[in-house]
Amino acid sequence: MSGPERLGLVEARARLRRRELSAVELTRACLAAMERGRGLNAFVTETPERALAMAEAADGRLARGEAGPLEGLPVAVKDLFCTAGVRTTAGSRILADFVPPYESTVTARLWQAGAVLLGKTNLDEFAMGSSNTTSAFGPVVNPWTPPGQDPPLVPGGSSGGSAAAVAGFLCPAATGTDTGGSIRQPAAFCGIVGIKPTYGRCSRFGIVAFASSLDQAGAFARSVEDAALLLQAMSGFDPNDATSADLAVPDWVGGLTGRVKGLRIGIPEEYRLDGMPAEIEALWARGAEWLRAQGAELVEVSLPHTRYALPTYYIVAPAEASSNLARYDGMRYGLRVPGRDLVETYARTRGEGFGAEVRRRILIGTYVLSAGYYDAYYLKAQKVRRRIVQDFEAAFARCDALLTPTAPSAAFAIGEKNDDPVAMYLNDVFTVTVNLAGLPGISVPAGLSAAGLPLGLQVIGRPWDEATVLDVGRALEEAAAFRALPPAVPEA
Amino acid sequence: MSLDKALVARVAGLARIAVPDDQLQPLAGELSSILRWIEQLAEVDTEGVEPLRSVHPIRRARRADEVTDGGCREAILANAPEREDGYFVVPRVVE
Repeated sequence: MSGPERLGLVEARARLRRRELSAVELTRACLAAMERGRGLNAFVTETPERALAMAEAADGRLARGEAGPLEGLPVAVKDLFCTAGVRTTAGSRILADFVPPYESTVTARLWQAGAVLLGKTNLDEFAMGSSNTTSAFGPVVNPWTPPGQDPPLVPGGSSGGSAAAVAGFLCPAATGTDTGGSIRQPAAFCGIVGIKPTYGRCSRFGIVAFASSLDQAGAFARSVEDAALLLQAMSGFDPNDATSADLAVPDWVGGLTGRVKGLRIGIPEEYRLDGMPAEIEALWARGAEWLRAQGAELVEVSLPHTRYALPTYYIVAPAEASSNLARYDGMRYGLRVPGRDLVETYARTRGEGFGAEVRRRILIGTYVLSAGYYDAYYLKAQKVRRRIVQDFEAAFARCDALLTPTAPSAAFAIGEKNDDPVAMYLNDVFTVTVNLAGLPGISVPAGLSAAGLPLGLQVIGRPWDEATVLDVGRALEEAAAFRALPPAVPEA
Repeated sequence: MSLDKALVARVAGLARIAVPDDQLQPLAGELSSILRWIEQLAEVDTEGVEPLRSVHPIRRARRADEVTDGGCREAILANAPEREDGYFVVPRVVE
């Protein structure tokens, strides 16, 4: 038996508009699914009372014909977006009891559009991780974990709770943030769609900052069209974010055709890594063939600095993080662990408040920014970053979008790769370049591994050209016809 | 570059993060291996390349110089670890 919790955003919206389903019924179904799915640990905080109150108000607006674009649609929000009056933890002990007095711009837009908040989803601490195992609130379980497998599979990260909640049918869609792959990699690991728009498309105001020149909000859903609908409501200019772009947001949903005829799709040769699993390589070739069959032209392109993207990222991101996270000093909000004096209070607060990975990155960032090392590390990384941007500019002179795998493997088990930070960082080898260049990227589920786990393909577009990214994503989605369900989810 | 225990302790001091003594050595190993991996950037020819500080040339509009927010002392103090009479209470800085 399947209830309204199995509906996607676009379908649920149509039923709400026809009054065949009420927002309260839909919200209740999702809340019940969240309760049944608590074993996934996808949520840090559930907000059932607020959800039902918001749904009731949405039903009122639907009845009066005042429906917003997301009226009555329940969504989950990564616990990195500040939500007024609802605890926002960033997955950290240092913010475990923090209740923001204000709302992030992105979530304010969602509520303005009529969406309903189901709860705040689990994540790697301060969005630093690729497996959702660094959260102070425990790891998230990937719903694709084969029954009985222990330890279970990771959902990817850092937006692991959002990805697991959407894949496990606890909610139709969720917000995420993506600094090096934190939307696209978990989308691939969980068999759903995840899109990160162009840097500057979504306001960063009220999103707990990790690496400000890379952080960008985006959307998870079970179809490209649903992801476009959510992203459209999240996007737009905000004077409160100095890097927010004052550009009109196109009608991505209305303009979605899935047509790729005549498009030139670039295949970057440097993404063919030594030791890449054959099934990833085969999936990539299949994806290219699907697009060719639909009339796209395939073009071999070169992104020569690809192999330097991760090392560049692991200078730029920790440097920015060490600066951003300096604000957690235990004075005005957050955890305070008293010491003998002010300096010891700072050190004990931060020593006990931050987990191992966050501490590691702050120390790396502090080191690369410290006197005598700044030029050798940070300045060098900023120069290589420009080389990476120039690679993309040259590639986009010859093609309209790029096709790559999203991640170099399928989901792995909790605890795997934890001993070796660099091995964990390599998860983001195909996604991190996109953040460094500020480009839009989408991951679409495209097939299953030999072990029966989802694999994703990534489409990368020119700055501000989310429309092409969505069209190519839609074309892949149609060709892949990915209908497989996680083991824990019964057939509809 | 390889970090030793003393340098990790110094960086942790700069970052205001208390690190227990027995964790300094393992941390030195982890950070050193990350730094060695990062150092492959030295191979890239960046002669004459301008450092990239902003990915998109975004024109920033100037807003009128007026007060747009404020008068929310209670909201600002709501998460304070310690407060008194409408102020934050912090450890003594000056003896």
